[in-house]
Amino acid sequence: MTDSSVSQPNFFEVKKGLFSWIFSLDHKRIGLLYLYSVGSFFLVGAALGVLMRLELFNPGADLIEAKTYNQVFTLHGVIMIFLFIIPSIPAVFGNFFLPIMLGTDDVAFPRLNLLSWWLYVLGALFALSTLVFGDGPADTGWTFYAPYSVKTGTNVSMSVLAAFILGFSSILTGLNFIVTIHRLRAPGMGFNQMPLFAWALYATSWIQLLATPIIGITLLMIVAERMLGIGLFDPSIGGDPILYQHLFWIYSHPAVYIMALPAMGIVSEIIPTFAQRTIFGYKAIAYSSLAIAFVGYFVWGHHMFTSGMSGPAAYIFSILTFFVAIPTSIKVFNWLATMYKGSINVQVPLLYAVAFIFNFLIGGLTGLVVGALAADVHLHDTYFVVGHFHYVMFGGTGFAFFGALHYWYPKIWGKMYNKLIANIAFAILFIGFNTLYFPMLILGIKGMPRRYYDYLPEFHTLNQISTVGSWILIIGLLLMIFNLFKGYFSKQKAPANPWNGITLEWQTQSPPTLYNFDKAPELVEGGPYNYPNAMKG
Amino acid sequence: MNASNFVEGVDFSMYLILSISVFFLVGITVVMIYFLFRYSKKNNPVATNITHNTYLEVVWTIIPTILVLIMFWYGWTGYKPMLTAPDDAMEIDAIGQMWKWSFSYPDGKVSDSLVIPIDKPVKLNLISKDVLHSLFIPAFRVKQDVVPGKDYMMWFTGQKLGTYDILCAEYCGQLHSYMLSTVSVVEQENFDNWLVSSPDTSNDHPGLTLLKNNACLSCHTRDGSRLVGPSFKNLIGRTEIIVRDGNEEEIVVDNQYIINKIKVPSSVSVVGYPSGLMTPYGEILSDDDINNIIDYISTLK
Repeated sequence: MTDSSVSQPNFFEVKKGLFSWIFSLDHKRIGLLYLYSVGSFFLVGAALGVLMRLELFNPGADLIEAKTYNQVFTLHGVIMIFLFIIPSIPAVFGNFFLPIMLGTDDVAFPRLNLLSWWLYVLGALFALSTLVFGDGPADTGWTFYAPYSVKTGTNVSMSVLAAFILGFSSILTGLNFIVTIHRLRAPGMGFNQMPLFAWALYATSWIQLLATPIIGITLLMIVAERMLGIGLFDPSIGGDPILYQHLFWIYSHPAVYIMALPAMGIVSEIIPTFAQRTIFGYKAIAYSSLAIAFVGYFVWGHHMFTSGMSGPAAYIFSILTFFVAIPTSIKVFNWLATMYKGSINVQVPLLYAVAFIFNFLIGGLTGLVVGALAADVHLHDTYFVVGHFHYVMFGGTGFAFFGALHYWYPKIWGKMYNKLIANIAFAILFIGFNTLYFPMLILGIKGMPRRYYDYLPEFHTLNQISTVGSWILIIGLLLMIFNLFKGYFSKQKAPANPWNGITLEWQTQSPPTLYNFDKAPELVEGGPYNYPNAMKG
Repeated sequence: MNASNFVEGVDFSMYLILSISVFFLVGITVVMIYFLFRYSKKNNPVATNITHNTYLEVVWTIIPTILVLIMFWYGWTGYKPMLTAPDDAMEIDAIGQMWKWSFSYPDGKVSDSLVIPIDKPVKLNLISKDVLHSLFIPAFRVKQDVVPGKDYMMWFTGQKLGTYDILCAEYCGQLHSYMLSTVSVVEQENFDNWLVSSPDTSNDHPGLTLLKNNACLSCHTRDGSRLVGPSFKNLIGRTEIIVRDGNEEEIVVDNQYIINKIKVPSSVSVVGYPSGLMTPYGEILSDDDINNIIDYISTLK
């Protein structure tokens, strides 16, 4: 299987040293820079999450003070949203694999790509600087709702400036991918011959490009109000707090699809590869990404049903919210149909994809519950929303990220992890995840509000179960990471195409060479997933 | 009988959607796991490329569309009545501030907890003195944000005797999770008696009563411990470093300083404490009230 004879030096070998990495224009190295950065911040965010769960193990004050707790959940949110989940799949796997899957040698603007990463680093430094400067990190929640964010003494300005800078990083990545997809596809590859991951990134990139500027200017308005006393959002100086909520969610709701769509793209890659058959409903999956991105722009008001919304506005925002469910359910049915009459090789990336579908279903279906006006009045701002959100973001996107890591690991590093340990880590992670977040759904139905440092005694048991879940989850997470590191240091080389995939990244050597392909890759006849060994359907 | 008139509409939409959700979750999961075994590499060595099936795809587009429209509809019908309070509803002002609820009745009675007569519609006029709050009564299935500068209201009818929790659901700062109160649903007769009863004639100093009623003690302790703002203990005569017009200076706290700080809190701030969080009380407290407060504070040693 291995082409032992004359392989080109891979992209790790062409240059060595720190500077060859942090100033690299190679999309693969930039992808890995992102992997190490977002991976580190994910661990910091997870540690903060565990700290919160420990505090909530018993009611009353235990480990940390109320103010510290409020800063911890804010920092957890800011890190997980802006430093992990928004850049995660696009900036890591999009950067690394989009050019390869399109059969080209790099993204359209490699220097801009490097600038994106540097802006990410700068934004991260701003976010971390709040630990040292001023009255500590913001204690507002990641939503920075006015007027509290205008009045509080904590270092809100630095935190929102961090998000502002990170927004630019995200915009530039989106711009780069849009141009890459339009201009750099391999000869003969039309839009409808692109892998579905590229389609998902395409839809995502448009949201990044069009929606992110709105959060940028909104956050600058917060800074202007805090520093210059301009009355924009604080009614005591003439502002309108509801205006802030509208501006915030006009970005932050589409941003949810920045986080979710790339994960759906990953699942659309993993399932056909391990089923060894073509994807069911290629066009339906591709266009439903665009539909979700489009409809997703018009549903932000569903975050504000209890903020004092008029009846007609609530009616419209609720019904549009339900429309998002239709393209989403189409995707799920298509993935399911792709397993039908496949020849399924159950490996750990597929397990992550299947777990994604299960968790994402819970996340999506609970989203329908809070999309309904009457139910949302009861559930808004409770733990039900916290549970729903983590099922979508962590159970969905997080699991897809881990699946992608296990799927492309042999391609990126040319090594293989221990599959048995990977399966065990997956099982622990899955059990821990559901033990952690499922009780939150019940807590919300029973009426426990979110962002509560302390709680009423009737919520004790479910909080304890949830905290135990966080311990299980952390064990699974650490085992998974340990296993991936161990694989990196093993002597054994992975074959170029261990899963028998047919998208273009599997045609090049592992790890790929600097310019990805030695000779022009061959497009698969009849679409990117038309497996030659499968029977005609 | 349900605790409030909205329980039925909210619970119906919530449990209807949850039931449909459980059906799909279980169904899809079972089929997925079945496929993993039935079409495993061992059981099905050769896959079949099936690109699409128009009939099936139309079906699984139309069915979810119908289902979500039904879900939407019951969400709307359960929610719509919340928007308009009946004309005969009893109006009570509900005031939220960091971190205390208070309820002000038409005839002037003010209470920390809400007491309402059974089977009578009640309309709460929601007033915030500082930041966002949200008045949430889980047992009644009602919640409405309390937004400074906006005249919002919520209404409901208590239908079952009992006492239920009131929680703040919108994050409002340090002691958000302690911003709790209760609503008691009582017989009309008991309500009438309660309304005319004078507040518990306690032996509290009038200054202390003012501090309690205006939520001063949410931030300033009486025992010297640190909360959001400086403690009242040993306040008068204490040396503090303050910031006035951007300059730090050392001052000795006197009556005039306290009067000024109560009326225009943004004019000075004490180093080491957040500035800008305190609400101005110049229009809420009279000069007599402030003198009572100073008199009480001077006893805290």
